[in-house]
This record gives sequence, structure tokens and C-alpha cells, in this order.
Amino acid sequence: MSTTAPAPGKPVADERLLKTSPLKKFLGRPELGSVVGALAVFLFFAVVADSFLRAASLATVLYAASTIGIMAVPVALLMIGGEFDLSAGVMVTTSALISSMFSYQMTANVWVGVGVSLLATLAIGVFNGVMLIRTDPPSFIITLGTFLMLTGANLGFTKLISDTVSTKSISDMEGFSSAKDVFASTITIGGVDFKITIVWWLAMIAAATWILLRTRAGNWIFAVGGGEHAARAVGVPVGRTKIGLYMGVAFGAWVSGQHLLFNYDVVQSGEGVGNELIYIIAAVIGGCLITGGYGSAVGAAVGALIFGMTSKGIVYAEWNPDWFKFFLGAMLLLATLLNAWVRKRAEATK
Amino acid sequence: MTTEAVAEEETAPADRTPLVELDAVSKYYGNIRALEGVSLEVHAGEISCVLGDNGAGKSTLIKIIAGLHQHDAGSLRIEGAEAKLSSPREALDRGIATVYQDLAVVPLMPVWRNFFLGSEPTKGTGPFKRLDVDLMRRTTHAELLRMGIDLRDVDQPIGTLSGGERQCVAIARAVYFGAKVLVLDEPTAALGVKQSGVVLKYVAAARDAGLGVVLITHNPHHAYLVGNRFVLLKRGAMSGSHTRAEITLDELTRQMAGGSELDDLRHELERAPEPGTGYGAP
Repeated sequence: MSTTAPAPGKPVADERLLKTSPLKKFLGRPELGSVVGALAVFLFFAVVADSFLRAASLATVLYAASTIGIMAVPVALLMIGGEFDLSAGVMVTTSALISSMFSYQMTANVWVGVGVSLLATLAIGVFNGVMLIRTDPPSFIITLGTFLMLTGANLGFTKLISDTVSTKSISDMEGFSSAKDVFASTITIGGVDFKITIVWWLAMIAAATWILLRTRAGNWIFAVGGGEHAARAVGVPVGRTKIGLYMGVAFGAWVSGQHLLFNYDVVQSGEGVGNELIYIIAAVIGGCLITGGYGSAVGAAVGALIFGMTSKGIVYAEWNPDWFKFFLGAMLLLATLLNAWVRKRAEATK
Repeated sequence: MTTEAVAEEETAPADRTPLVELDAVSKYYGNIRALEGVSLEVHAGEISCVLGDNGAGKSTLIKIIAGLHQHDAGSLRIEGAEAKLSSPREALDRGIATVYQDLAVVPLMPVWRNFFLGSEPTKGTGPFKRLDVDLMRRTTHAELLRMGIDLRDVDQPIGTLSGGERQCVAIARAVYFGAKVLVLDEPTAALGVKQSGVVLKYVAAARDAGLGVVLITHNPHHAYLVGNRFVLLKRGAMSGSHTRAEITLDELTRQMAGGSELDDLRHELERAPEPGTGYGAP
């Protein structure tokens, strides 16, 4: 390196650089808006719903948040990479159906079905990614196609094989209990039951944050979302990065799908439609730019937490659940506006 | 600011093998003649300027040298060896770095992430293989300092830098990653006078570091400030090729502006009435 390089570990002070307080640094983080929003929602329900603050209720809220969050985190990474996946919601159901039906039809150990499902789901992710980079249309259209195809296939195959819209019970099959331990068990800590999906969720947040901030792949994800042409010009493998992101979403769908299967034993083939939007909204609340290139995994996880608190908070507040969607929409709008406002302020004070 | 350095370069021996040499290169897009019979030499420690108006074929020329397009006729020699570049990556591997007008930077990303984009250094192995963030930050700061940019904060998004600074980061990046030939696509096009001067200083700094530079521009004044060789393009063909010793700035400007066309234009403009001065204009 050049001789003018400052000695390692001894940062040179620059008089033009005003000392940034940790508070101001925090204000510049992408997940800030969602954290403030989550606090507001939490306080709101803590006041209006007496039972909201009980440990068991909080465990339920975390469970609801984790089932969304397992998908919202990889979806957020994909959005930072500048793309959408509308097939993410039904892909969860597809993944669950494949494990269940493969195991049942082949009378195999359910773990075989789980493995086959992982490969098949990842293949769907690869399909989405390859279609996107090989052809021109935006990911919105490509994955809308996949979404419709999967929705139809879920229903069609299930009816073809089991004559009803749901799968047969596999709870008496070999390997079911161990698979249930991994994907749908309950961990009791201090008398409070926590679902294992919370662990999966936290693991996904940690892995996604590590990838995003500390690996080459993370640098590439930001780059393909923030400036695809520039990324390509400096030698970033744009295609491989995007396929990897779609595979990440597929992996999330697999985890989520296996939870669905082993938690309820049977899978309804029509489930999952509409969830893809929830994942995207959670990511947006979490500070992901809808145009790509900016956002964080932690933010998306907090976005999922807002969802969990709202859906369960309404129950604890003993309100008419008919109003859930309205209330949810209002919450989302508020959180997003708050997010935008905070970010604007943070950027202005930088 | 750079004239003495240029004068020094002129005494260099002329029988060296050029780093990159184009000989009567042509390129056709279907039935469109984008470039025909263009020759250009790029020597180490020299700046070869390519001048031309819009649509003269400058972009096509860049794309051939950068490996984005392949020439259809003529020859491209890299350090004396015949070559046909199949991709930008291959051009990069052979030491030809191109800085495009859009600079190939991602505005929302911090300067240090941009600096190393596509060639990030890592440390550790297996699942713990990670970016060497500390090295990346330090190197970015040091390399920019070497080019004379004392950056306030390498963490700031590169989009917050001025156009000239961004240009310089792109140049510093190419130099750091071992480019032997630097191709600059209109680096001063969108810049003010002062910013242009700053960028030209870095171009000269790259030249002094021993790189061969191809400077694409439509500004003969900027070209003449730093250039050793001048190739003029007009409607896809070469309308002139000069070394610095052979041509004056006035002549270059005249040729660049189209020679007789400029005379016509001057004639036309002289007949136009003077703008009114009755409003107390400064």
C-alpha cells in the first residue's frame, strides 16, 4: 500500500468530519423506522389489551411473527437485490404438499419426503431466477406466472392424488415425530411455551445479516439491486447473485412449509395465497427500498414482528376480528409513513 | 499544471511496443458503418485522446477496447500480440480498465464497498470467510489520498460525492487493481471548470504512474492540456491523427469543430445582432 496510509488501527481524525453520536448513527440505520413503529404498536396494545403483556401472550405473538418472519427475511434480501417473488406465498404450500404426498405415496420415511421437498422447492427458486435472467420481463411478471402455476398445481395434484383438497394424515408414519421436533416442536422456558419456529426465525435473521454485511455475496446483493449495470461492468456475477436470492426465498418456503405440515399433520392445498404480499409488506416496513439497493434483514424481521403483534393484539384486546384487516392496513400505512419520515430526517441530518 | 510533464514525455523513444494498438479497425452493426479504418496507439505513460462530436464513433471505439464488442476488420494488438477481446472481464484481466460515463458505481453503497465491488478481499475460511472490512476501509482511504482526494468519510454513500470526486474514485479504483491501460469515457463531460481541472489532474497522475490512458472527449481544450496523441473521429471514420508536436490547440479546435464548418458557423453568428445591453447587465 502507499506510504501515506494511516497506521492500522489508528484512525486519523478529520476536522471536517463532525463526531457522529451513536444516536445519530442509529438514526441512519434502515431498520430504524420499523423499530419505532414496532415500539408504538407494542405500547398501544400494552395499554388497550390487559392480557397482551403476559408472557404466554408474548410467546404467541413471537410465534405469529416468526411464521411470517422466516419468509420476510429472505424476501427482504431479494428486494435489496432489486427483485420480487410473488410465488413466495404458495411456494410454502407447495413445499409442504410435496413432503406430505411423496412420503405418503412412496410409504417412505417422512425425512425422505422432507429431503425431496427441499430439492424440489430449491428447484422452483432456481427456475424463477433463471427465467428472470434469461428473459427480459420484470420479476413481477415472471413470478406472477410461477404464482399462478403453483396455485393451480397445488390444487390439481392434490385432488388428483388424494381426491380431496387436503393431504392424508402422515402422523403415524416413520420419522414423523423427529421431523416434528425439528420443525414444529415447543420449547418450554420458565413455564412459557415457545414454538421452535422462533429459533428458525432468529437463525435466519443472523445468517441473512451476516451474508448481507460481511460477505462478498452481500456486497453483490446491494450492488445488483442498487445499480445492476454498474455491478455487471465491474465483474459482479449478477445472474448467479439473483438465482442465489431466489434460492434463499425457496429455502425459507421449505422451512415454513415443513412447519405447516408437521404442525397440523394435514395440508390444505389452497393455502398460502396472499401471503407473498405480507412478506413484501413486512420487508418494506423494515426499511427495504421497493426499488432495491437498500434495506436490512433485521428490519424485515421487525416488520414481521409488527404483523404478529397486530394480528394477536386484536384478539387480546377482544375486538371484533372482522376489523382485523382494516386495522392491519391502518397500522401498515402508519408504520410506513413513520418509516419514510424518520429516514428523510436521518438523511437530512447526515 | 501538466505541461512540463507532457514535454518530458515527448522525448521518450518512439520505437516502443504500444500497450494497445488499433490498426485500421472497423465495426459494422448490420448495414450501419459505426467505425471504419480507425488507428490508435496507446503507450505507457502517455495519454492518447480520441476526439469527436456526438455520433462520431467514440462509444463504439471504447466498446471494442473494453471488450464489449468485437471489431469486424482491422487488428487490435495488446502489447504487440493480436487480440480479440470477448468480454469486459477478459479486457480487465489483460489490464485494460474502462471508466464509463456512468462510472459503474452504485450510488447508495458506501465509498469503500464501491471501491472493491467485484474484487472484494476476504479473510478467514469456510463459513467464517468474510470481507476484510478493515483493510477495505483503510485501502480506500489511502488510495484516494494518493490520488489527492482526502475523503471525509469512506462510509458515506458514493452518491453523495460530487461528480468529479466520483470520477476520481473510479480512476483510483482502476489504478489500484493494476490496470495498465485506462480508458476514460468523457470524464469531464458533465463537470464544471474547476471539477474538470481536478479530474484532469488525476488523469495526469495516472499517466505519471506509468499507465497508458485513452481519453475520450469532445473538448479539445481538455484534450490538449494533457494529451500526447490526438485522433479525431468524424462520422465513424478517422479525420485526423496527430502527435502533440504536430498540432497546435487552435488547429485541433478547428479540426474538431469541423474546420470549414466552423468558419461557416462563425460567419453565420457574426451576422446575428448583439444581445441588448440596455438592462444594466454586469
